[in-house]
Amino acid sequence: MYVLANPATFMRLSGRLLPWLVALSLATLAAGLALAFTSPPDYQQGETVKIMFVHVPAAWIASLAYVAMTASALGTLVWRHPLAEAAQKAVVPLGAAFSLLCLITGSLWGKPMWGTYWVWDARLTSMLVLFITYLGLMALWHTIEEPGRAARAASVLTLVGAVNLPIVKFSVDWWNTLHQGSIFRLTGSTVDRSILLPLLVMAAAFTLVFATLHVAGIRNEILRRRLRRLMLAAAADREPTARLVVRDALPVEGSVS
Amino acid sequence: MPALLALFRRDLALARRIGGGGTTGIVFFLCLVTVVPFAVGPDLALLARIGPAILWIAALLSTLLGLDRLFGADHEDGSLDQLRLAGTPLELVVAVKCLAHWCTTGLPLVIVSPLFGLMLALDGPALGGVAATLLVGTPALTCLGAIGAALTVSLRRGGLLLSVLVMPLAIPVLIFGVSAADAAGGGTVPFATPFLVLCGLTLLALAGTPFAAAAALRLTAE
Repeated sequence: MYVLANPATFMRLSGRLLPWLVALSLATLAAGLALAFTSPPDYQQGETVKIMFVHVPAAWIASLAYVAMTASALGTLVWRHPLAEAAQKAVVPLGAAFSLLCLITGSLWGKPMWGTYWVWDARLTSMLVLFITYLGLMALWHTIEEPGRAARAASVLTLVGAVNLPIVKFSVDWWNTLHQGSIFRLTGSTVDRSILLPLLVMAAAFTLVFATLHVAGIRNEILRRRLRRLMLAAAADREPTARLVVRDALPVEGSVS
Repeated sequence: MPALLALFRRDLALARRIGGGGTTGIVFFLCLVTVVPFAVGPDLALLARIGPAILWIAALLSTLLGLDRLFGADHEDGSLDQLRLAGTPLELVVAVKCLAHWCTTGLPLVIVSPLFGLMLALDGPALGGVAATLLVGTPALTCLGAIGAALTVSLRRGGLLLSVLVMPLAIPVLIFGVSAADAAGGGTVPFATPFLVLCGLTLLALAGTPFAAAAALRLTAE
């Protein structure tokens, strides 16, 4: 773990690992999609049940991304590690994308099944709050210019959100059961094996896709920081008076290379 | 302790002398209450039904808009750095600043809310319910907002971002605040159930947020 935590080692290892990850996730995704398309239609939902093969894994990954982000936030605050910062930054847009995917596929499924694109159901609402939380974090990352400070601010917000999201989930459940009985239940009967197998394969595929994109995102972030450091150094060489300022900025950045 | 008391009195004096804080908040609250009947129509039965929700959303928006001044002025004139370096724990400083901020922004809203409730055709129990839930709930909104204020303090235009960051945090408070206010005006749920949960959320916010906000102030300092 500590060996991996060195950004240079990480770049070398992840560079070797990434093509395999890409190939593996593409293969699993292809297998999952093939299984999903050949699975029998549901006796009640018909072919629309196939939306679930994208929808449910997306929901899982959207939550998993928050767990990964919380772990990285702890790494940022406790160990002040630049790799944790990069991991944290790379996961935010992924979480937002997967929760958006979950919301879109959910509403596409809702139109034929429930007769409406959107209901204020407890699950939908908490996923929407999760999506908004991701968007807020993205805005925070983009607004604070210096990477180290942005990472620490985002870490605090991530940890606060980790406490907040379960409370939101609980409140929204309570709120919904207060206003209307939950008529939409996913668990009517136990899931049949013909549906369960493609679902599990798709879940594995989504997890692999997430891991691939995350590793690639971390690599990009490390490269971006290296570039920033080189540009600062180059600017300092041209402008001798700026060297003092840059030297102050370097220790944080310098540890990344 | 004397230091905290002095800080509290200083913040109150600043809010009173520079103005803007309390009175403008109430005027903004009044504006929101005035605008809603134009948006949904002057039907008193409808207004009475959604009245508690309107008052709560108005309180949330007024709180959010005032929050960027919680640490903003102190950051600009450098007193925030002094507070950070001082021997008094920053968590307590944050808590006291939140208290002072609530006294000048949240408390006035609670006091005028029965009056505005009358304009929205709320009856006696509902008026009491709204005032009671706002009294218990607005401190939580201020405390949660303190986290957003601390995160965005050094940004030049942090107000909009602050609202985006704080809104997901405020949702549970809003849910139970409006539920309890609705229950007070008659409903199937007893008033005490959501009200006690709201109290619990506020206590949780009071206990937890000063640490998060202080951490944010410390970690994002230049």
